[in-house]
Amino acid sequence: MKKSNDREVATPHLAEEWVGKVYTFICILFLIITIFSMVYFVASKGLSTFIVNGVNVKDLLTGLKWKPDSDTPMFGALPFIFGSFSTSILAAIIAAPLGFCAAVFMVELSPKLGRTFMQPVIELLAGIPSVVYGFVGLSVIVPLFRDLFPGQGVGIAAGSLVLAFMILPTITTIATDALASLPAGLKEGSYALGATRWQTIYRIVLPTTLPAQMTGIVLGIARAFGEALAVQMVIGNAPHIPHSLFESTSTLTSAITLSMGNTAMGSVQNNALWSLALILMLMTFVFVFIIRWLEGRKKL
Amino acid sequence: MKKSLIVTMALTLSLSLAACGNNTNNGANNGNAAATNNATTNNTASADLSGSILASGSTALQPLVDQVSKEFMDKNSGVSIQVQGGGSGTGLTQVSEGQAQIGNSDVFAEEKLDSAKAAELVDHQVAVVAMAAVTNKDVGVDNLTKQQLVDIFTGKVTNWKEVGGKDEKIQIVNRPSSSGTRATFEKFALGTKTEDLEGSIQEDASGTVKKLVSETPGAIGYLALSYLDDSVTAVKYEGVDANVDNVANGTYPVWAYEHMYTKGEPDAATKAFLDYMVSEEIQNGDVVEMGYIPASKMEVKRDALGNVTK
Repeated sequence: MKKSNDREVATPHLAEEWVGKVYTFICILFLIITIFSMVYFVASKGLSTFIVNGVNVKDLLTGLKWKPDSDTPMFGALPFIFGSFSTSILAAIIAAPLGFCAAVFMVELSPKLGRTFMQPVIELLAGIPSVVYGFVGLSVIVPLFRDLFPGQGVGIAAGSLVLAFMILPTITTIATDALASLPAGLKEGSYALGATRWQTIYRIVLPTTLPAQMTGIVLGIARAFGEALAVQMVIGNAPHIPHSLFESTSTLTSAITLSMGNTAMGSVQNNALWSLALILMLMTFVFVFIIRWLEGRKKL
Repeated sequence: MKKSLIVTMALTLSLSLAACGNNTNNGANNGNAAATNNATTNNTASADLSGSILASGSTALQPLVDQVSKEFMDKNSGVSIQVQGGGSGTGLTQVSEGQAQIGNSDVFAEEKLDSAKAAELVDHQVAVVAMAAVTNKDVGVDNLTKQQLVDIFTGKVTNWKEVGGKDEKIQIVNRPSSSGTRATFEKFALGTKTEDLEGSIQEDASGTVKKLVSETPGAIGYLALSYLDDSVTAVKYEGVDANVDNVANGTYPVWAYEHMYTKGEPDAATKAFLDYMVSEEIQNGDVVEMGYIPASKMEVKRDALGNVTK
């Protein structure tokens, strides 16, 4: 039998490699161009309030009066910034313990019930459209608060409660992942030392998974910060800083959705709304930065 | 066996969903069918109209334009009309930039666009919408003078007992400051622009305003006549009842034109649609039954600066 002495040289698959590279490159380029165009558009329109219409940056960020349609227009966005921050943070304060307890239940107390029952429930909560949350808030929560607490029923309290339900799935999912990835040896060591189940959870599990859970909480705050429709329906929308949790106030997102359709592009009122959108976008960048920093810490 | 069962169930589900969706999407389907017809019938020279029209803008006018457009498309299968909302400002911007053929607006174009752009637009006033102040049923006031309304909306009067009602705190339910409805109310009922007071509630949709006014004790707001029903009390203005006859003869001043703007003179299909909108049949039919007032019924006219002439 005659064997060929030439070794088989691998035929270079140049065409395939090139096609793959070019295709991937084009997709990435498309993505980057889209994102940059969006950022550029929002930034250019948002900054035109200061450049073209002559509004002072400091006035926008710290001013208390928002009167774009009056005879002497004033553009003070501080009530909106305060409203956005207060509702998001309060929503996180409400949702974080609930999320953590739900995660503990799903991972520690009854994993089987957790997987078959709680998991679909959490996913259902995540899938409900935000306008449904807003409508339920307007129809149920606002009258309830009006009867129970002194005030108008609308306001930061109602907004935070609705937002808490919306960010609960986010916080719970991340907390569940954090708890499930805990090394079993940690808990077993704690039991071996004589700790009870609750002591283990409270003193070992919670502090150890705290960094990962903070990621979930910040992600939830970012989501709550950007929520528009549900908040607009229950927050009352008066452009003032409230004196109580049950007084009408406004957030950056609700201010935009409320007035957007009534303004014409190019007018100063429209540009002012774009400036609010620019503030929102910058806050999103800040949140993303915080989340990446928290993830990078990765201790324990 | 199991696989084919699942496939059959999935098919049945998607078909029934499509059938349900079909009823509500009939307008869009008609529009699409007309559009495809349009492409094929464009070549055949016919006396029928053809073209596609986009009308966008005011949500107050949208229900009327939507209903009339469906009837128009039934009569002229070569034309496809799409009606969108987005607000008066959006409508004016889109028609001025050529993205829409018709811009629906509750306000004159001069109030939202700069004068150069507004001068390019041609106004077609297709209906009149009137609005009334409404209060919660427990308030007990059925007439408010202009001065009382101004005091309420500027915050000077904060309790209903100061204007003859119950001892109850007044809760203002307003529209956003950029809303055309609010601009009309402020211009013709109050005579002055008002600030957004602390503690006032603002909602963008008239439906939400009605809901809040009917549920909140001591609430006051304002709605177009087509929204009035038993859940809220309509208040007389200076002793004049808010109804169609009083608006037509000019004794009730809180009304505004509904405008459909085109950029320059409209093309054939758009002109035919606008002529259809102001035809007798529609003005005395759909316009009245949907709660608007026919422009032809008005005995007084008003221009962009607010001057009223008989």
